Amino acid sequence: MTSIITLEKVSHSFGNELVLSNVDLEIEQGKIYGLLGPSGSGKTTLVKTIIGALTPNSGKIYVENTKMPSLKKLNDIGYMAQADALYEELTAKENLDFFAKIYGMDRLNRKKRIDQVLNEVDLFESKEKVVENFSGGMKRRLSLAIALLHEPRILILDEPTVGIDPVLRNKVWDQFNEMKRKGITIIVTTHVMDEAEKCDQLGLLRDGRVLASGSPTELKDQTHTRTIEDAFLYYGGVNS
Amino acid sequence: MKIIAIIMRIIQQFIRDKRSLALLFFAPLLILILTWVVLDQESGNIAITTVDLPEKMITKLEAGEMQLIEVDNPDESLREGEIDAIIAFESNALQITIDDSEPSNQQAVMMQIQQALATNQNGVPVEIEKYYDTEIDTTFEYVGPVLIGYFAFFFVFLVGGISFLREKSQGTMERLFATPIRSWEIIIGYLIGFGIFAIIQSFIVVLFGVYVLGVPLQGQLVLVVLITLLLALTALTLGTLLSTFAKNEFQMMQFIPIVIVPQAFFSGLFSIDNAPAWVEWIGNVMPINYGANALIEVMIKGNSIGDILFEISMLFGFSLLFFMLNLVTLVSFRK
Repeated sequence: MTSIITLEKVSHSFGNELVLSNVDLEIEQGKIYGLLGPSGSGKTTLVKTIIGALTPNSGKIYVENTKMPSLKKLNDIGYMAQADALYEELTAKENLDFFAKIYGMDRLNRKKRIDQVLNEVDLFESKEKVVENFSGGMKRRLSLAIALLHEPRILILDEPTVGIDPVLRNKVWDQFNEMKRKGITIIVTTHVMDEAEKCDQLGLLRDGRVLASGSPTELKDQTHTRTIEDAFLYYGGVNS
Repeated sequence: MKIIAIIMRIIQQFIRDKRSLALLFFAPLLILILTWVVLDQESGNIAITTVDLPEKMITKLEAGEMQLIEVDNPDESLREGEIDAIIAFESNALQITIDDSEPSNQQAVMMQIQQALATNQNGVPVEIEKYYDTEIDTTFEYVGPVLIGYFAFFFVFLVGGISFLREKSQGTMERLFATPIRSWEIIIGYLIGFGIFAIIQSFIVVLFGVYVLGVPLQGQLVLVVLITLLLALTALTLGTLLSTFAKNEFQMMQFIPIVIVPQAFFSGLFSIDNAPAWVEWIGNVMPINYGANALIEVMIKGNSIGDILFEISMLFGFSLLFFMLNLVTLVSFRK
């Protein structure tokens, strides 16, 4: 398999605090890659370096052989931030329309895609509602819709299912698998262990270091544990 | 066009945000009206009394705008505030006693008395000519032009700065960094989007000031709008620049006493002609200084564009400088 995203010795610190320490990562095309770790482990910083919103102090990042940060490459990447970055005064549709224009989509395509993604995240009925009046879950779904809007080949989702009810969460994961079949690479960060099981590949992150990576089965087999949680504890114990 | 997308979004957002809309368009009018109520009093109604004054002088004083009152005890009346000044003729000299407890009184009384008696001093006729022929009678008419500029600056600074800050605090700025938009496109979009509202504000404030409250306008209206617009542009670029150094709305407010209030002292509302050189130097780095000067040139002195080229270029220079600094900080935040 060819890797679509490569991180080489990426380190970054905020002031004196080391947030990422020598991270090497290979993410394969068409897989769902999960970054698993507690809060403060550096997940968000890591994905920010991948999209180029943050240039690390040292190390190199390549997305499809393009060195990041690269504005042009962002056309191929869909991103959903951990905080819902939405314009509260605008309606769901107006938010989508704005981002569609920023991604340079033409009028016809815009209209078609906006309706599509609204249906995909179950928000079609609320499209004329002002986001201010949305529930937390609805905002999360709208953020996801914005990430999907420009049909990116790579999706980077920072805690995408927080605040979404279990039924919809299953639906969202079905969508991820559907997108995977279309050849889209998905990177999700999560701190929920059962979600980690659904990923093809996992990177276990703690204190800015990758403790281990591999498929969930591999990780469990290597550590002779039955759950990802136990595997995480095992690696954490070995390395600390 | 990505810039147009940003402009359209700002307009959509702003139209929904009725409070900010009101703050930008009606708050300046409200404060203008209040200052008008307080300061729009003609400096007439000065009451004086005379003691042993020659008949000839009394006739002249009566011809002036002052009110001559006969009182039994002049000193007593002055203390009581019934009269503003006593003019006495003692041993061949004029002695004028003024109630100087009220600052505006002193100047007004002196001017009126001088005017009334000046026509013939030492046998030489004196004629006072008003150079600009401003026909200004009230304090409000003097400070009106400055106030128009000051309010345009203040409210655009506040609304523009906080909107840009919100983009950061609600995370949408970071979200935009994950899209293929360039930093300068974001800032230009913001400047044009808010610039549109600043233009509308300039028109409303200037037209209201001139045609409703009677702020004098000797020069061209279009120049006044141009100056206020440049002031607003400076305020907008400065506001967005400073907002990158504020974490939240409250910290943005903290810039008001540091950045906005000191500018009032250099806006021409207070005379700094006799201040030490270093004070004047501070004034040189205050955008309001140039805007207010230009407004006085056009509105009171009736000068044309040739006389305010320096002020206009300074305002433009400030805007450009703040814009460049904006760009630098935004690009560095993106890394």
